[in-house]
Amino acid sequence: MTIQEVPQGRLRSPFYPRQADLDRLFQWHDWKGYASAEGFYDTTLEYFSVRNSAGVFDLTPMTKYRITGPDSLVYINRLVTRDMSKIKPGRVAYAVWCDDEGQVIDDGTIFHLKQGEYRLCSQERHMAWLQMSAIGMDVTIVDETEEVCGLALQGPTSCSILKAMGIEGIENLRPFGMATYAFQDTEIMISRTGFTGDLGYEVWLSNDKALDLWDAMFDAGKIYGIMAMGTEALEHARIEAGFIAAYVDFLPANVTVRTGRSRSPFELGLDWLVDFKKPNFNGRRALAREKRNGSTWQLVKLDIEGNKPAHHSYIYSTSKGKKDVGFITSAAWSPVCKQNVALGTVRSPHGKVGEKLYVEIYYQREMHWSKMMAEATVVDKPFWDPPRKRATPPGPF
Amino acid sequence: MSDRYDAIVVGAGHNGLVCASLLAKAGKKVLVLEANSQVGGAAVTRSFADGYSVSSVAHLLYQLQPQVIKDLGLNIETVSNNMGTIALSADGNHVRFNGDEVSGVGDEDVAQFRDFRKRMTRFAKLLKTFLNKTPPRLANDASKSDLFTLAQLGLDIRRLGKVEMQEFLRLIGMNMRDEVAERFDSALLRGAISLDAVMGTHLGPRSPNTILTYLYRLAGGDGAISQPSGGMSSVAEALAHSARENGATIRTNMKVKRIVIENGRAAGVETEDGERFSSWLVVSNADPKSTIMNLVQARHVETEFTHRIHHLRMRGNAAKLHLALDGLPTIPGVEKREYADRFVIAPDDQYVERAFNNAKYGETSVKPVFEICFPSFRDASLAPTGKHVMSAIVQYVPFELREGWSDKTHSAFEKLAIETLAEYMPDLADRVTASELLTPADIEEQFHIHGGHWHHGELTMDQFLFTRPVGGAAQYAMPLDGLYLCGAGAHPGGGVSGAAGRNAARAILKSGYSL
Repeated sequence: MTIQEVPQGRLRSPFYPRQADLDRLFQWHDWKGYASAEGFYDTTLEYFSVRNSAGVFDLTPMTKYRITGPDSLVYINRLVTRDMSKIKPGRVAYAVWCDDEGQVIDDGTIFHLKQGEYRLCSQERHMAWLQMSAIGMDVTIVDETEEVCGLALQGPTSCSILKAMGIEGIENLRPFGMATYAFQDTEIMISRTGFTGDLGYEVWLSNDKALDLWDAMFDAGKIYGIMAMGTEALEHARIEAGFIAAYVDFLPANVTVRTGRSRSPFELGLDWLVDFKKPNFNGRRALAREKRNGSTWQLVKLDIEGNKPAHHSYIYSTSKGKKDVGFITSAAWSPVCKQNVALGTVRSPHGKVGEKLYVEIYYQREMHWSKMMAEATVVDKPFWDPPRKRATPPGPF
Repeated sequence: MSDRYDAIVVGAGHNGLVCASLLAKAGKKVLVLEANSQVGGAAVTRSFADGYSVSSVAHLLYQLQPQVIKDLGLNIETVSNNMGTIALSADGNHVRFNGDEVSGVGDEDVAQFRDFRKRMTRFAKLLKTFLNKTPPRLANDASKSDLFTLAQLGLDIRRLGKVEMQEFLRLIGMNMRDEVAERFDSALLRGAISLDAVMGTHLGPRSPNTILTYLYRLAGGDGAISQPSGGMSSVAEALAHSARENGATIRTNMKVKRIVIENGRAAGVETEDGERFSSWLVVSNADPKSTIMNLVQARHVETEFTHRIHHLRMRGNAAKLHLALDGLPTIPGVEKREYADRFVIAPDDQYVERAFNNAKYGETSVKPVFEICFPSFRDASLAPTGKHVMSAIVQYVPFELREGWSDKTHSAFEKLAIETLAEYMPDLADRVTASELLTPADIEEQFHIHGGHWHHGELTMDQFLFTRPVGGAAQYAMPLDGLYLCGAGAHPGGGVSGAAGRNAARAILKSGYSL
């Protein structure tokens, strides 16, 4: 019998040596077995790097599954709610997948690497669900989380940095496109994707070239204001972008215990991801029923008066605040939008765009608590949505 | 253009025929497609040697439901009704059963047996009311009638009275060995009851749940056993006749390759020869696993449902042994007229458990157990004049033999089975002129039942009533629009009862299904 060494404690990403050099905060937490930094020097500064220059976020702990085999398209198409036959090789799709009851298990991105070969990336681990979904299909699912590392380079100067690194033709990569590029003596895969709602890229490569990539990126990025960032800055950016996060804005259906605590794609405002015209997908029957009968919950983006973030607030339909109609799941003051923004969940039929709701904000002044009832308007567009996010080429910044 | 039907039934097993006949009777245009050349599925009489015929899989009629007979106006001729059972002993001191009476055992055992039967019959009656009903849904969206049915079950159990209710709840999940060991002295008596509890299952008498399987057998028809004239095909033919009379079309040698799915619903079937038949209602008489995994395919149904179906326990363990005999074998201590009865070889409960031990590890029993009858004794049509047929269920014969099924392993087990029988019938070997052994693997291949399991899925608590075949799909409708299940894999289960077929037809008609 051979004894296999199993890493003890938290795993370190291959970028860790460089991150450790930069680290001044020593705030690390667990992300699915990996040590992930909350910040390195100053989280506010890191946040501003994403909006004004470029921030680098270590994506290595993202769960990555390689899905191959003759049935891979059929498999993926049955797994997620959107039509994956429309996603050609070289394209990336944001998708959600549901249980039999049409309740969201998680969201993630699916890379169509080459004909019939996919990579699914998500925050959470899903091997059990993916294996269960593979019953009766000819597919192979390999967890390649530890074999593939990645850096997200996000912000207005991200394209310029990649160009300065010698990545030829990166400016022609369209949003949700991906391609392989020569880098030193190897190839790296770059996708124009991200979790910040801004111009940005994600670079994927094998672990052995990790430090070379980091060094090249930070060398080229010096004059473009490059900065390493942690999860706190990213969290801020994703709220401005209106992106939802598992365990924050929804609970994966397979971890909920009480009925009614999970959410359907409709309830998360992801109607556009559900395609009833495509072949069968998991949760289809339940979602068709929900479509007919109406949803219970509605995820809303709220523009709130004042400047105090509405963390954990109840949402009311009137300023009297007698009966709550929902609650806030993510909140932040957005310096770049100069808006007090939040994501929340309200009971249908509340949540229509333009509806005026009220949030009860508690705040502390010198230990003493105060509360205020702030008006909140339901908006439909992301709070932060700059044109450069979509422009190809994105232009020099 | 393909032909369009109101309903297509996949498989002309007895349940499929019952369902087809009832749907046709309600005015539906029904097509039944059967893979084999004969109707009846596993309830069929086939010739296995020149001049010798036998019921190939199911060989005795326990539980054909009176409701089925009445609804379809059937007239099933039997050559022997209320067959007795003889538990064979190698020394000729056999134990004889007839209804609630037993002989060949001590007085205490006789009294205990009466008490045992009384209780079992009472409990079986409770189950019986549910055989011919759609199990209630337990989900949040359960209807009033679901709740009513559920309440009735609770009430029926409560009405047993305090003591009997406690006994029911104590026994229902228990194993048969503990019960017989507590009650009876006679090893033969314990063995024979143990065998009845485990026939057709992947369970030994010490496995939990074997009281439930015993009750299920009893529930079908109060334990009365009969043999249809001409073998099981006469039942199948009567059902097919009824279906045709009601206007259904039955086509044999038409193996369905797949159930056609269009826009997320069943839309018809396609046969192996590429012929297509259209219908918005497809009723599968095939087992749940074959239906979902092969005919429908996982991609068309939900993930968790597929997972549950994939994990259905349905490993067949019962083989059929058919012997063509040039005369009745001698069984010491058995009178000539008694050859019309049913014989069992299960000398004691431990013997049955040990026979099961091998099967747990993918081996055939070294000392198998048997249920035997001589159908030709009362039915001359089954064998040439003066000659006879023996039909035996042999356990345990695993579907997945560790060594793998081959001609060698096949004939080795057949030899062992005949040798074991010869311990009770000394001149048997000399009388055998031809033989046929159908292992569960053969049954799967010839009768298209996954795992060769005659119940289309183990009849255990977790695959019973509300959860048969699986939770969320126990009301005959599968979680795919237009697809129903009508075979033994659906409630209540296997045996030639017709209950599943009838319940499915009623569920379909009740659903307000219309074109």
